[in-house]
Amino acid sequence: MSSEVVHSDHPIDRPADLKVGAGKLRIRAGTGEEVLPDKIHSWPYFVRVEFIAGLIMFLFLCVWSLAIDAPMEEPANPSMTPNPSKAPWYFLGLQEMLVYFDPWLAGVVFPTLIIVGLMVIPYIDINPRGNGYYTFKERWFAILTFFFGFHVLWVVQIFIGVFLRGPGWNFFMPWEFWDSHKIVALNNIDWPYLLGARGYWTSFMIGGATVGGFFSVIPLFWKMFENKPAMRQLGFVRYLVVSGLFMTMMLMPFKMVLRWTLNVKYLWITPWFNI
Amino acid sequence: MSEKADQQKQNILKLITESQVWTSTFRHGYADTPRNRALQISANVWLHLHPTKVRRHGIRYRYTWCAGGLTFLLYLVTVVTGVVLMFYYRPTGEYAYHDIKYLDFDVPFGMFTRNMHRWAAHGMVIMVWLHMFRVFMTGSYKPPREFNWVVGVLLLTLTLLLSFTGYLLPWDQLAIWAVTVGTNMARAAPLVGTEGPFGPEIGVTPRYNMRTLLTAAVNVGPPTLMRFYVLHCIFIPVIASMLMILHFWRIRKDGGISGPL
Repeated sequence: MSSEVVHSDHPIDRPADLKVGAGKLRIRAGTGEEVLPDKIHSWPYFVRVEFIAGLIMFLFLCVWSLAIDAPMEEPANPSMTPNPSKAPWYFLGLQEMLVYFDPWLAGVVFPTLIIVGLMVIPYIDINPRGNGYYTFKERWFAILTFFFGFHVLWVVQIFIGVFLRGPGWNFFMPWEFWDSHKIVALNNIDWPYLLGARGYWTSFMIGGATVGGFFSVIPLFWKMFENKPAMRQLGFVRYLVVSGLFMTMMLMPFKMVLRWTLNVKYLWITPWFNI
Repeated sequence: MSEKADQQKQNILKLITESQVWTSTFRHGYADTPRNRALQISANVWLHLHPTKVRRHGIRYRYTWCAGGLTFLLYLVTVVTGVVLMFYYRPTGEYAYHDIKYLDFDVPFGMFTRNMHRWAAHGMVIMVWLHMFRVFMTGSYKPPREFNWVVGVLLLTLTLLLSFTGYLLPWDQLAIWAVTVGTNMARAAPLVGTEGPFGPEIGVTPRYNMRTLLTAAVNVGPPTLMRFYVLHCIFIPVIASMLMILHFWRIRKDGGISGPL
């Protein structure tokens, strides 16, 4: 750590006003030495930064708007459904989930859980470190979970939805012709059927046991690590929320893998809902 | 300049800057003193959103990416261009599409205004995600800023809803089918959707359910257009603006953009 002290040449101002970009907070406790204070004047340093950023963004937007026109297709026609019908791009992550789950889950329950899950983050992440600076080491679990949920599950699904989905919501590479008559084998089968169950109740039980088994990780994990200091600090209620949200999120990759490898359609079929 | 002319110039300047008109308009000078730097912010209605002093990390592009501020800028762009578009647009099945065509081809700068509105809206969605990502990565949601993060998530949701309701207004094929796909989801909502789990069991009908609440009809049609227009131009912007005021105010009250108090 350098011990240089930056002095202002300004007659009145404190050292804070000089070399803002280069200045790092230097704390030397107990010496009474002059250090760069953590706070600097908003005028001009902060306003200037905002102004430049805003100007660049505004110019970029103007150039973009001059160069590229907003889309406009034929007049709305309720009797002619385009194939594929895509939601706005920012919702294609949700539409992509429809490949793996029924609408009540993919379109309603999961979006709600995403919003609620985001909202509760500050209340379930009790790690006091990493407040006000970039760090990976001090909060790797939080960052990896967020990274997986946001980048892998949300952003990547949007890319797949925007660029790789064509007629019939079939998978097309960007250079492939969108053949609306593409033959795709519909060989998806339900999980209990795959395991050999043919009766209604046996299928129901197997499906329920599978979904239950998936979520039984939650109590098992609690039993295993209940007495660890980190777990004690977290507490039972917070643990339930964290693990519940986490496992629900993991349901998506779980089913994706099952679909790609074994063509599994539903895990559990009931008269009221299917998962 | 001669000394006399210089003196005269000073006198005229003094006459102006000490007049009642001047002093009632400009409350402070421009000298680069700490006091004036503070007044520059606190005595300016537009700038006093900022504290007079900010934390050092708050002005680094590498730290903030300016994502929150740029989201707000893009919101303002959509408000201004949106009001201009409203002069030319009628949200009815007969007129909506043709009004947009008229805007695109006959109104001076109409196409440009619509482009600005659309791309700023898409940009806002991206910036708000980046902003959330930045706030997450710097742990800025940690105490004492938990509640402001919650407000931020609500604003993120409202941003998506603003964009989604606006998507329908051009009344072209892209618009109605994207909104059809989007609102179809509501039909499957548990309890309140006619095709959702336990929906029919508690008496939800195809005419009265969560989806028809959004679309105002069984299918996306002119009533939906009017409903989305009002949501897009009045209802959601008002709610979002109120939450933005709260969001910005809380940054101040919680002691800056991040870091422990």
